[in-house]
Amino acid sequence: MTEIFGVPTQALFGQLLIGLINGSFYALLSLGLAVIFGLLNIINFTHGAQYMMGAFAAWFLLAKLGLGYWWALALAPVAVGVTGVIVERLMLARLYKLDHLYGLLLTFGLALVIQGLFRHEFGSSGLPYAIPKALEGGTNLGFMYLPNYRAWVIFASLVVCLGTWFVIEKTRLGAYLRAATENPELVRAFGINVPRMITLTYGFGVGLAALAGVMAAPIYTVSPQMGADLIIVVFAVVVIGGMGSIMGSIVTGFALGLIEGLTKVFYPEASNTVIFIIMAIVLMIRPAGLFGAAR
Amino acid sequence: MKYKRSLIAAAVAMLAGTAGAQVSDGVVKIGVMNDQSGTYADLAGPGSVVAARMAVEDFGAAKKGMKVDILVADHQNKPDVGSTIARQWFDVDKVDVIMDVPTSSVVLAVNQIAKEKNKALIVSTGATSDLTGKACTPNAIHWTYDTWSLANGTGSAVVKTGGDTWFFLTADYAFGHALERDTEAVVLKNGGKVVGKVRHPFPASDFSSFLLQAQSSKAKVIGLANAGADTTNAIKQGAEFGIVKGGQQFAGLLVFLTDVHALGLDKAQGLLLTEAFYWDLNPQTRAWSERFAKLHKGAKPTMAQAGVYSATLHYLKAVEAAKTDDGPKVIAQMKKMPSEDAAFGKGRVRQDGRHVHDMYLFEVKKPSESKGPWDYYKVRATIPAEQAFRPESEGGCPLVK
Amino acid sequence: MTPHRVALALMIAFFALAPAVIYPLFLMKVMCFALFACAFNLLIGYGGLLSFGHAMFFGGAAYISAHAAKVWGFPPELAVLAAVAAAALLGFAAGLIAIRRQGIYFAMITLALAQMVFFFSVQAPFTGGEDGIQAVPRGRLFGLVDLSQVRNMYVFVFALFLGGFLLIYRVIHSPFGQVLKAIRENESRALSLGYDTDRYKLLAFVLSAALAGLAGGTKALVFQLASLTDVHWTMSGEVVLMTLVGGLGTVFGPVVGALVIVAMANYLAQLGAWVTVVQGAIFVVCVLTFRRGVIGELGHWLKKPL
Repeated sequence: MTEIFGVPTQALFGQLLIGLINGSFYALLSLGLAVIFGLLNIINFTHGAQYMMGAFAAWFLLAKLGLGYWWALALAPVAVGVTGVIVERLMLARLYKLDHLYGLLLTFGLALVIQGLFRHEFGSSGLPYAIPKALEGGTNLGFMYLPNYRAWVIFASLVVCLGTWFVIEKTRLGAYLRAATENPELVRAFGINVPRMITLTYGFGVGLAALAGVMAAPIYTVSPQMGADLIIVVFAVVVIGGMGSIMGSIVTGFALGLIEGLTKVFYPEASNTVIFIIMAIVLMIRPAGLFGAAR
Repeated sequence: MKYKRSLIAAAVAMLAGTAGAQVSDGVVKIGVMNDQSGTYADLAGPGSVVAARMAVEDFGAAKKGMKVDILVADHQNKPDVGSTIARQWFDVDKVDVIMDVPTSSVVLAVNQIAKEKNKALIVSTGATSDLTGKACTPNAIHWTYDTWSLANGTGSAVVKTGGDTWFFLTADYAFGHALERDTEAVVLKNGGKVVGKVRHPFPASDFSSFLLQAQSSKAKVIGLANAGADTTNAIKQGAEFGIVKGGQQFAGLLVFLTDVHALGLDKAQGLLLTEAFYWDLNPQTRAWSERFAKLHKGAKPTMAQAGVYSATLHYLKAVEAAKTDDGPKVIAQMKKMPSEDAAFGKGRVRQDGRHVHDMYLFEVKKPSESKGPWDYYKVRATIPAEQAFRPESEGGCPLVK
Repeated sequence: MTPHRVALALMIAFFALAPAVIYPLFLMKVMCFALFACAFNLLIGYGGLLSFGHAMFFGGAAYISAHAAKVWGFPPELAVLAAVAAAALLGFAAGLIAIRRQGIYFAMITLALAQMVFFFSVQAPFTGGEDGIQAVPRGRLFGLVDLSQVRNMYVFVFALFLGGFLLIYRVIHSPFGQVLKAIRENESRALSLGYDTDRYKLLAFVLSAALAGLAGGTKALVFQLASLTDVHWTMSGEVVLMTLVGGLGTVFGPVVGALVIVAMANYLAQLGAWVTVVQGAIFVVCVLTFRRGVIGELGHWLKKPL
């Protein structure tokens, strides 16, 4: 068997594929952050909590209403997105004239409230959520056993990410969005309701987080803390990518998943920190991030 | 003012000492300190408080004219919070004994304060075997289990029943390392082999990479040297990667009944684990657990909660026998008398503070074997009390002569 | 007397007299956090830099001082000094990376760096992982004063707190502090006036880190414990909250904020998850309607900055 640095190539392929799966979550979450940041100039600290809410919504739909995974995939993002819209209308909208740091502080506080409430209500041992029947089992690829569900996660997140990229970069709606980011006054002059566009954008970004949460539910334990540490990693991903472009955040997400996967093989002890180390290095060389323009 | 208070305390202590047979301020105060809302809330938490109350009732404190108060605090699994509460309880609230205490770090912190203030500590949920080893004091008793007994129970019994090649999935911090080290020693001693290990970061949410490494090692048993959410996540994802279906078996080194409950039998089936208590062991445990479940939202007790019941009962009996609630005196009395109750049966407390009793190796049932909720374990082996715990001579406790 | 002097006298009087009625350990905790919040406030209130990773200095210093006192047998004054030096060094390294970006990016970068320090602390052998460093001896100050006596320890902590506080006060009102404020208001203007803004920001960052280290190193001796709690990101969040509640950019705000938040955490501890909820709710309320904080509002009402 051929080997690279003492690791059989076959095993390496397996690990790369696994890395890609984690990358899918990073990409989905950092995409949501980038979309929100683009228009609102707010770093959404609540993103992790909203990801968690998505997973809980899936659990709730199944346990209380008997609606399965596929329903959850459609309903949970909408439901959580609606809560996002409410938050934006009631709270965030009051902060646009202030320093952007207040948006960060507000969403941080909200994240604490949401996580605390869920912890109080559901405890923190976590709740089970089964893999949907249609995606049970796995395929033997020769070099590894790939669970079907994981394959689905890669596929689905690629579709969602590329779809979002297409809408924002290639359609008229996206053009308005991008224009509003640059110059809201001008877009308003074209007769477009900018505040509503902002609200819906926030709802959409939150929905993306919830969608990631639904996809995570069958793999990870559904628990109130599931998003808390993840969001910090995603922040680092966002800093590395640079928030400049939608595609940038997608590519960085997947790429860092891969790198993290490799670390788990060659030096597992560092797999928690590798992304932060990369962030530090990138900042030394390119302070604006890989795809960003200095703001 | 601090000085004045300690003067008064000293005076009170002297009075109590001369009078000999008194309970300080007329009340026995038991402080149940644990995690009321975090990771360990389900396996100990409010359930431990229920168990302590049951013990007070079964002891018949009211009938005997003994006043017993139970205080509750949430240490959030943080040693700093735990030590602050312990100091306040001993200094201000006049608590006589602190009970339960999950999380090894908090156990060690509180242990030190109990020694300093000369009060009592009885640990049920905390795992560290140091409590009866190099950190042992005449003020503390370790009731339910410890890392050594889990490693020993699971390690030896699994090897003896054919699981002789091991792969360790270890949480990369002190606790995980200790579990791995203890278990590996037992596996090797019993003629087993360790074919590989991987250290995963703590806490981790994704185990797929490590599971792949475990899978390709072809070890018969995958030892999970971690706890809480890490363990359940590893098992959950192991099911996804077909670990158990592929003929390998998980051995959990620190798994509680509530963890299995959260996982569901579908995922947890085949898991091997060691516990000190299971509700469905015999008629007594069944009857007692039935009562417990009625008081605790229908949930069956974990070994941690059963341990709090058993320990509280024995503590109160010792207070009665010694006619005092002075910390070290009651602890000494507890070591003198044999213990017996519905949950743990017969046992005794050694000089190093270790409560010894039978331990059990369980296998988690298949969904088809289970008759309903909470019917999860079948007994694979009983580890007799005298073999279940680290020999007194090996712990390095200075109290053992 | 100027309002600042009155407030200072009130603060000193409070901490000098309070131990007669309030549990001294609690007060020492308040002072450690107050100093921590003041150090943090130096950066946000006067430099306009929101650090979301100050726990790395606070907790990192706690580990150093605990390790120095316990393993190396340092006397308390040297243990704390070692902690301050280590925090300053860490602050220099982190500052070099973080000051390359402003605003939200700065917050995210400090958060990520702190998380890295957290993971390091979990794994590094000398920190004791989840157990932390326990049974840290308080030792004898200058070989003479026995700090295991509560009264002596209290005076020691009080002196350090007051020293740190006055140092910050001096810095704010020095030419250096003025330049910092100028940078906060308009960085490019300060740059065009010939100030090397990056150097000023880095210096402020290191100073803030060192003072946070002073607070953390002292806390480790007070509680005789250094643990993961102090390096976790929730600690970074807590110090932001203290400063916000007290009043961003006010001299005395962080002290009041620390008192409020520590008291709340202490007395609400029984409520478990609700502590998080209440803390989060305070964040939200402060940001939405109470941006000046307690002292800021007071100062606004008195028409004098406090």
